[in-house]
Amino acid sequence: MEWLDEFPTMERQGLRDLKKAIDLGFRDFSRAYGDGIEGFFEPLLYFLVWLDKLLVNTPWPVIVVGLAALAWIGSRSWYVVAGTIACFLVIGYFGMWEDTMATLAIISVATLLCIAIGIPLGILMSRSERVQSAITPVLDVMQTIPSFVYLIPIIMLLGIGKVPGLLAVCIYAMPPIVRLTNLGIRLVDQEVLEAAEAFGANDRQKLFRVQIPLALPNIFAGVNQTIMMALAMVVIASMIGVPGLGRPVLRAINNQYLALGLMNGLAIVALAIIFDRVSQKYGDRLQKHRKS
Amino acid sequence: MNTTNAMNNSALEPKVTIRNLYKIFGSSPSSMVERVKNGISKKDLLDKHGHVLALTDVNLDVPAQRIQVIMGLSGSGKSTLIRHVNRLIEPTTGEIIIDGQNVLGMNQNELREFRKQKASMVFQKFALLPHYTVADNVAFGLTIQNVPKNEALERSSKWVERVGLAGYERHFPDQLSGGMQQRVGLARALTTDAEILLMDEAFSALDPLIRTDMQDVLLSLQEELHKTILFITHDLDEALRIGDNIAILRDGEIVQKGSPQEIVLKPSDGYVSDFIKDINRSRVLRVESIMNGEASESGPSLDKNTVIEDALQVLNQSGEKSARVVQDGEVIGSVTLEQMITAIARPEFGDGESKTYN
Repeated sequence: MEWLDEFPTMERQGLRDLKKAIDLGFRDFSRAYGDGIEGFFEPLLYFLVWLDKLLVNTPWPVIVVGLAALAWIGSRSWYVVAGTIACFLVIGYFGMWEDTMATLAIISVATLLCIAIGIPLGILMSRSERVQSAITPVLDVMQTIPSFVYLIPIIMLLGIGKVPGLLAVCIYAMPPIVRLTNLGIRLVDQEVLEAAEAFGANDRQKLFRVQIPLALPNIFAGVNQTIMMALAMVVIASMIGVPGLGRPVLRAINNQYLALGLMNGLAIVALAIIFDRVSQKYGDRLQKHRKS
Repeated sequence: MNTTNAMNNSALEPKVTIRNLYKIFGSSPSSMVERVKNGISKKDLLDKHGHVLALTDVNLDVPAQRIQVIMGLSGSGKSTLIRHVNRLIEPTTGEIIIDGQNVLGMNQNELREFRKQKASMVFQKFALLPHYTVADNVAFGLTIQNVPKNEALERSSKWVERVGLAGYERHFPDQLSGGMQQRVGLARALTTDAEILLMDEAFSALDPLIRTDMQDVLLSLQEELHKTILFITHDLDEALRIGDNIAILRDGEIVQKGSPQEIVLKPSDGYVSDFIKDINRSRVLRVESIMNGEASESGPSLDKNTVIEDALQVLNQSGEKSARVVQDGEVIGSVTLEQMITAIARPEFGDGESKTYN
C-alpha cells in the first residue's frame, strides 16, 4: 500500500531526462532560429530606439508642451492638461526625466503593438465560437503565468535587451484589449445589427459601421487596461535590460534605497494616472451621442 | 359584399406570395418537416423531439400597393414570418416569391441587392444607429449602397422633411422621443425607394396618441407612394384602421385572411370572434358591407365607404329612416337604420366557443 502514502511519482532519472530533453531541445531551437527571430523583430527595435532617442534628445520644454497638447486633444479638459504639465515638471525636477522618457517610449511601442495585434484578434474571436474557445485559454495563460517563467525562453531566444523586454510587456499587457474587443463586439445591440443586415449591409460594412463603433467604449476600456498593465511590467522588464524607471526601482530594492524606490515608483504611478485619465476622457467623448 | 374591393385585389398581381412556408427551430429542423406535415402537434414536437414549431403551412398573397396586416398575439410567429420575407430568418421549407423571383433561391449577393433595392424594414424598437445623426441614419440605406455621402444626404433630406423631422437632422437618436425616433426609422426605410415596406410592430412601442399619429403619417404617405406594405401588429384597432387586408396568425398558422369588413362580419372561428368582440364596430364597418341591393330613391346619399358611425349621424340629421349608397355618383343600393343598428350590435357567436381557445 505504499502508493497510498506516497504519491506515485515518475522515477527521478526519467523526470530529469525529460526536463533535460526539453531544455536541450529549446536550446537547439534557439541556436538554430534565434538569429532569424531576432532579425524579424529588428524593425521593432529600430522604431523603439528611434522613439527613445527622439524623446530624450528633444529639448524638455518641447516635450512638455507636446504632451500637454496630446492631453488636451485626448481629454479636452484643462484639469488633465494642468495635471500632466505639473507631473512632468516634478518628474524632471527630481532628476527622473531621461528614465521617464525611456519608459514612455517602451510603453508607447508596447501599446501600439498590443492594439495592432489585439484588436484584430478580438474581432476574430467575436466572429467565431471556435476561435474564441481556442484563444481564451491562451489569454488565461498569458495573464496568470508568472512573468519570470516566460522571461526564461525569451532570454534564451533573444538574449537580454529592449526587444525581449518589449515582448515580455506585450505578453502581459495584451489580453485585456483582446478580451474587451471580443466582448464589446458581442455586446452590440443585435437589433441594430439586424437593421443593418435588413438594409443589405455586407459583413465588412456591418463590422466597420456598426460593430466596431458601438463596441468602442469597451475597446477603449481595453486600451486603457493594456496601458496600465504595460506600466505595471516596467520594473520586471528592466530586469532583462529595458531602460527606464524600472531600473532605479530595481537598484532601490537591491540596496534598500527607500527614497529612490518611492520617487521612481511614484513617477510610474503619475504616468499611469495621466494615461488613464486622457484615454478615458477620449473614450467618453467618442460616446457623446449617448448623452442628451 | 365587397365585390368591387375583391375584384380590385384579384386584378392586381400579388406582389409577395408566400407558399407552404414552415419554420421549425431546433437542432435538425429539416428532419422534422415530415412529422409536422403529418400533423404532429406543436406540443408533441417540443416534448418528444425538442423542436419548436414556429410557422405551419403559411400561405399568403400580398397584393401590390396595399397594406397587408398580419395580426397575432405575442408568440404567434408574426415577427418570425415577416423576417422570412427578406430572409433575416431562413425558412425550413416553402417558397416566397416576389415579382416572380423566389427569394429563397437567391445567393448572398442577390439577397443583399434585394434588401437594398426592393424591401426595406421598420423595427419595433427602432433599431437606429445610435452613433449616427438623424440625417446619417436616414441616409444609411443609401450609404450602404455606396452612394456618395453628399448625394445620399441630399436624397434623404426630402424624407427627413416628409416625416416631419426638419430641423432635427443633426440630433442623435437618443435625443429624440420614441415617436420621433420611429419617424427616423420610417424615413430610413423610405429613402431607399424600395417597393416593399416591412413593418414589424413598428408602432407598438409608442404611446397610444403618438401611435395614432404615426398611423396617420403612414396612411398619408401611402396615399401618394402606394407601397406594398406588410404590417405586423398585435393591436386589432390598428389592424382595422390601416389594413387593406388582414391575416390573423395563431400559433404559427393563419386562421383567417380577408378585408377588415370580412374579419368583423364573418369571423371564421371563436378565436377570431373573441378578438373582435370588443372593437367599435360602427367605426370599422362601412355601409357597402351591410347594404341591400334595392336602389331606393329617397333618403340622403352616402358614399359606399362611409363608416356606420358617420352614416348614423347623417341619417339622424336628415330625419329619414334609410339612405342611398352611392359609388361614383351612381346609386348601388340602400341601407336602413335598422340594418345599421343590427350591424353594430355585438354578435353572440363565439362567446361560448371561445373558451376552448386558450
